[in-house]
Order: sequence, then structure tokens, then C-alpha cells
Amino acid sequence: MKILVTAKRVEDPESKIKVDAAGKGIVKDGLKYKINPFDEIAVEEALRLAAKHPGDVVAVSIGGKEVHEQLRHALAMGATKAVWVNHEGPLDQMGVARLLQKIVEKEKPDLVILGKQSIDDDQNQVGQYLAEWLGWGQATFASKADSLDSENEKNKVPGVIVGDGAKTVDVIREVDGGLNRLRLTLPAVVTTDLRLNQPRYASLPGIMKAKSKPLEEQTAQGLGVDVAPKITVTKLSMPPARKAGIKVPDVATLVTKLKTEAKVV
Amino acid sequence: MSASGYGLFGEEHEAFRSTVKQFVERELKPHAARWEEAEEFPRALYPRCAELGLLGLRYPVEYGGSDAGPLFEAVLLEELAKCGSGGVAAGLGAQFTISTGPLWRYGTDEQKRRFLAPAIRGEKIGALGITEPSAGSDVAGLLTTARRDGDHYVVNGSKTYITNGVRCDFVVLAVKTDPTKGHQGLSLLVVEKGTQGFGVSKKLKKLGWRASDTGELHFEECRVPVANRLGDEGAGFYQIMGNFEWERIAMALGAVGAADDILQGAISYTRDRKAFGKSIAEFQVTRHKLAEMATELEAARQLTYHALRLHAGGEYALAQTAMAKKVATEMCCRLADQALQLHGGAGYMMEYDVQRHWRDARLGPIGGGTSEIMTEIIAKQLGL
Ligand SMILES: Cc1cc2nc3c(=O)[nH]c(=O)nc-3n(C[C@H](O)[C@H](O)[C@H](O)COP(=O)(O)OP(=O)(O)OC[C@H]3O[C@@H](n4cnc5c(N)ncnc54)[C@H](O)[C@@H]3O)c2cc1C
Ligand SMILES: Cc1cc2nc3c(=O)[nH]c(=O)nc-3n(C[C@H](O)[C@H](O)[C@H](O)COP(=O)(O)OP(=O)(O)OC[C@H]3O[C@@H](n4cnc5c(N)ncnc54)[C@H](O)[C@@H]3O)c2cc1C
Repeated sequence: MKILVTAKRVEDPESKIKVDAAGKGIVKDGLKYKINPFDEIAVEEALRLAAKHPGDVVAVSIGGKEVHEQLRHALAMGATKAVWVNHEGPLDQMGVARLLQKIVEKEKPDLVILGKQSIDDDQNQVGQYLAEWLGWGQATFASKADSLDSENEKNKVPGVIVGDGAKTVDVIREVDGGLNRLRLTLPAVVTTDLRLNQPRYASLPGIMKAKSKPLEEQTAQGLGVDVAPKITVTKLSMPPARKAGIKVPDVATLVTKLKTEAKVV
Repeated sequence: MSASGYGLFGEEHEAFRSTVKQFVERELKPHAARWEEAEEFPRALYPRCAELGLLGLRYPVEYGGSDAGPLFEAVLLEELAKCGSGGVAAGLGAQFTISTGPLWRYGTDEQKRRFLAPAIRGEKIGALGITEPSAGSDVAGLLTTARRDGDHYVVNGSKTYITNGVRCDFVVLAVKTDPTKGHQGLSLLVVEKGTQGFGVSKKLKKLGWRASDTGELHFEECRVPVANRLGDEGAGFYQIMGNFEWERIAMALGAVGAADDILQGAISYTRDRKAFGKSIAEFQVTRHKLAEMATELEAARQLTYHALRLHAGGEYALAQTAMAKKVATEMCCRLADQALQLHGGAGYMMEYDVQRHWRDARLGPIGGGTSEIMTEIIAKQLGL
């Protein structure tokens, strides 16, 4: 089974994020970057599936040369091939999905796994656009019934279950108030939630092997995609600083305050 | 602030650093305080580290290592020092640096299969036993003897302050095979746990490095096969000095890693803490203090990386190694003290990490050869 995954480069949440003077972007100096954690979960899930249903795991990232770092990370975890869409400049979610659509049409995977969102813009759109434009089924927020402390998780059992003859996948989705089970006909698009798996570390042998794995370059122009953004950022601002909390003497006061002041109960 | 790779570490080293960081954040840090309090960390951590290939980075593939070289291990040492427990870093570090180093460098193929390979797999815990109750700095003055009797040595004496001493499955032991001689009388023997006459007198209580096990060992008519001797009889002193090289670079790297953690902790504490209507990080005196700490750290880091670079290039730079060990470990003590001061009363409280760093750092200028001994080596190298 061939699986395509995404490996977006995002700001490390440990970095201190500041809005720039123009108020339209963030200060990039001194920032650290990493693979979008939801994408790392996607890579892990793909590797677990590939261990049971052998086939290539192709990692895709869009950006300047610096995204090689995230592609190498996916390769070091065990992906077999990387595709780098060389692109500088702004890109909205539709542009990303259009580019991925072209890569999917070229690579012809049986399954595409993406993060449900990336932790920089938190848009939660790309997987949905992609499935729609490919005309494939989609299951967003893939999760699983087992906990991350379970035996199954320790044994790296995939949460996404491939049906007999690799014609379908069963996905458990995390939704408000419980779990929703879907069966999709392949090919399909799945996006990952946080509790789908605990990604493996990139091992040292994996890191060394990643250097010699194929990394293919593509461009928006070469793929024939118009990526001119339809969405522009007009203003970016920091969330207001949180006010200090208050201490209440007892539970009764707390309940009263929650009712009368916060009006949440 | 970043200075990509310092002209020393490449892309793969940085990728490996991310791996170690993740491991430290997920599997060590959350437990560090508990292990420090229990004065022990789980033995299972050795096989766990082995699984991730962390115990044999410098060692040959045929014994289960990855032959990746000292720079990868340097990355590991720096990042382990940020796990929140000097004792965990020391207990694991003793396994892949000082106890297995002599086996790798001076052992026969058979000795490597018996001791190095299971140590790399995390199945056997190793220790290095040099220091004695009556001799530490003065290695030539050790008193533990090994008398030859057929194809065995009969060992008598005691060792103290031995890291992993209580739990170890084997100890690489410095003994006098010829007590009439000074350094030429020394040899290294591998003594296995369970050998009759080898006992652990006690687990020692310490100021810092609490999660590591530090033991006092005694040997009474303990019969050790001659086949367990590393290299030639009488070669011990040079073997010990050879082993000190990486131990000292390792300690300097650990100090640099810990100091980094200490500085980051001080920066975030002073940003959050308010006094006189603003965060204390806004006072110029605090900003300058933090800037000076960063500068001191950078200077020590550069000297440490210099010694590391020389070592990686195959040079035994005695003086630079001694300088790096002294400068980096002393720097770490000062930074820990300044960071503690910046925490005010909180710095004196056990619930804050800075006190543990302050206690752990204090071992640096003592273990692996004291600062005074480092200075003596430097003086000798200068021909003074
Ligand atoms: C937590 C911990 C873990 C350790 N782990 C190990 C281990 O795993 N294996 C092992 O073999 N050892 C271990 N040691 C021992 C350590 O290496 C020694 O403590 C160290 O080498 C100093 O020796 P000493 O304690 O005998 O001090 P001494 O040699 O008694 O020194 C006392 C003081 O005299 C000074 N001094 C000594 N000689 C000179 C001189 N010529 N010129 C100037 N000043 C001098 C010293 O610098 C020091 O300040 C450990 C120690 C500690 C505390
Ligand atoms: C064991 C112990 C016993 C104690 N006993 C008592 C007691 O019995 N009664 C009592 O009332 N208190 C007691 N204290 C509290 C002690 O007096 C305070 O910890 C101390 O005054 C420092 O205050 P702080 O901890 O709030 O530090 P902070 O005020 O938060 O200071 C943190 C750091 O910022 C620095 N700083 C603060 N303001 C400035 C400035 N304007 N310019 C430059 N630097 C600044 C400080 O010097 C320090 O380095 C005790 C503390 C300890 C640890």
C-alpha cells in the first residue's frame, strides 16, 4: 500500500512568538522550527500501516530549502521518499491543497494522511479541500479507542485499520461527546488528531540512512498550479495578556461566582 | 541566539540532537525529581537507552555499537545534562563513557564480547573503580593489590565513590599488580559481580547526583582470572590516563549542557517574577547578569568544543582537555549560584529545579580529576 503524508515546517511552540512591526506577520529572527506535530503523527501512522501492508511512504513539504529539515526528519523516521515543492512566498490553504492534489495525481497513493491542522495557523482545511478536489472520501480527526498507554500502542498497532484486500480503511474519529466510526473506500484522505499515536523517535541509523534517500524537487509552476492567495492576512495581534486569577475562600463562593459572574454554569 | 553547528556539528548531529531532546523531555524529565528523591533510577533505563542506540555511539558495530564517533556522543552528553537530574546523566554516562571506554580501547575481542557487547545492549551495568579511601588524585599511590596465583589474581583492598558501584555487573578495577612500583605497578582487571570476595560495603549519601548510585566496594582474597586483565600487566596507569581524556571532555560537555538549562531556567523565572511593579528581568542589573552568564557559558562552550574538535581529529590535547574540564565545570557552578540568587527565596526551596542544578554542578570540579589536578596538568604541559 502506498501512502502519502505531509511534513510541514512550523515554528517550535517552545519559541517566543512576537508579532512584527507591520502587524501582518511574526518576527522570524531566532525562531526554532520543527515538523508540525500532527504531521509527525501522520508519518507515524503511515509507517505503522506500511509495516503491515508493505509499500512506499512518501513525505511532501512545501516551502524554501529549509523544509528539507522536516523532510529529512520524516525520512529518518522511516519514510521512503520525499517530495519538496520549492515555493517561497505566501500561500493559503487552497494553494497548499492544489499543490498536494497535483503531487497526489503524480504519486497515485492509496491513502493520504495529513495532520488535521498545523500548529502555526490552526486552519484545519487542507485535508478537506484535498479530498473534495480529488473526489475521494475523507475522515478527519482520526483517533483510536486505545489509550496512548495501552499495550497496542506500545506494540505500534495502527489506529487506522485496513480492510481485506486493501479496498477500505476503518477510521475512528474523535468528535464532541464520543467516537465516530467510519469506513472509507480507498483511495481516501485521513487527517490525524492528537491521540492517534505517539510518534517514534528518529533513530541514529534512520538519520544516517535519510541522507541517501531520494528527495525530489517540484515547483508550483512546474506542477501548473496557480497559487496566488485568495486570502490575505490583514492584521495579526497577540492575544490579550491574561488577567491574574483570584482566590476564593470555598467551593460555595466558587459556584456562585461561576454562576453570577462568569455565567458558565 | 544561534550559531548553527559551531563549525562542529552537521545536519545529522542536529537531527540526532532533536531525537535525544525528545527522549529527555518525554522519558527522563517527568520522572527526574522522583528519582532524585528515591536516590535511584530504574534499571530498565539502561536497556531502554540501548534500544535507542545511545549506549554504543563510539563503539564498533560488531559489538552492537554504531561507530558514529565522538561528536554524536557529545550531543548525547550535552542533552542528557538537561534531564533535570545530574544523577541520571551520571549513571547512564558512566556506562557509555568511563566503564566501557577501557574495554573498547584495551580489551581483547573475547573481553569485548563478554563485557562491552552486553553493556551496549544495556544488559550489564559497568563501573570504573579507581578512587580509594586513601588515594584519589594520586592514582600512582593506590593501595588495592592483585597478587598473581597461577592463572588468577588475588585482589585485596577497597574502592570508594564508585558511580554505579552498587548495581554494577562488572567493575573495571585499578589494582597494583606490583606494589613495589608507582605508576608502573598498576593494571586494570575486570571483576564480575558475584565473584567471591567482592562485596559492596554501602551506598553513599551525597550532596548532589542523588539518583546515581555511588558505592564503596571491598575486595578480600577475591580471585579474578588473569584472562580478565586489560592489556599488559603494568599498563594500567597509561590506560587510566587515556580513559580520562574522554571522561574530562564528557564532563565539560555535561557542564555546558547543564549550564544552558540553568540559564534558560533563570531567564524564564526572571521574566515571570514580578517585583516593584515589573518583571525582574526588566531591571538592567538582571539583564546584565543574564547577559554575563550567557557570555561565560559561551566562552566555556567554545573551549570545550575546541578540546572536542582536537579529540575528534585524533589528537590527545592534554592541556586543552584539562582547561576545558576546569573552565566548563567551574562556570557551571557559578551559573547555578547566580541563577539560584536570581530566584530569591524560591532558589533555596527544594521544589525548584535550580537547587538541584546547584548541588549537581558542584561535583564537576571534583570528579574525574579535581580542578587543582587539571591546573597541575596544564602547568606541566607548559613546562613549568
Ligand atoms: C559523586 C562522585 C562520583 C565519583 N565516581 C567515581 C567513579 O565512578 N570511579 C572512580 O574511580 N572515582 C569516582 N569518584 C572519585 C573522584 O574521581 C575523586 O573524588 C577525585 O578524583 C578526587 O579524589 P579524592 O576524593 O581522593 O580527593 P583528594 O585526592 O583527597 O583531594 C583533596 C583535595 O586536595 C587537592 N589535591 C590533591 N592533590 C593535589 C596536588 N598534587 N596539588 C594540589 N592540590 C591537590 C584536591 O584537588 C582536592 O581539593 C567520584 C567522586 C564523586 C564525588
Ligand atoms: C529559608 C528562608 C527563610 C525565610 N524566612 C522568612 C521569614 O521568617 N519571614 C519573612 O517574612 N520572610 C522570610 N523569608 C523570605 C526572604 O526574606 C525572601 O526570600 C527574600 O527577601 C527575597 O524575596 P523573594 O524571595 O520574594 O525574591 P524576589 O524579590 O522575587 O527576588 C528575586 C531576585 O530578583 C532580585 N531583585 C528584586 N528586586 C530587584 C530590584 N529592584 N533590583 C534588582 N534586583 C532585584 C532579587 O535580588 C533576587 O535576586 C525566608 C526565605 C528563606 C529562603
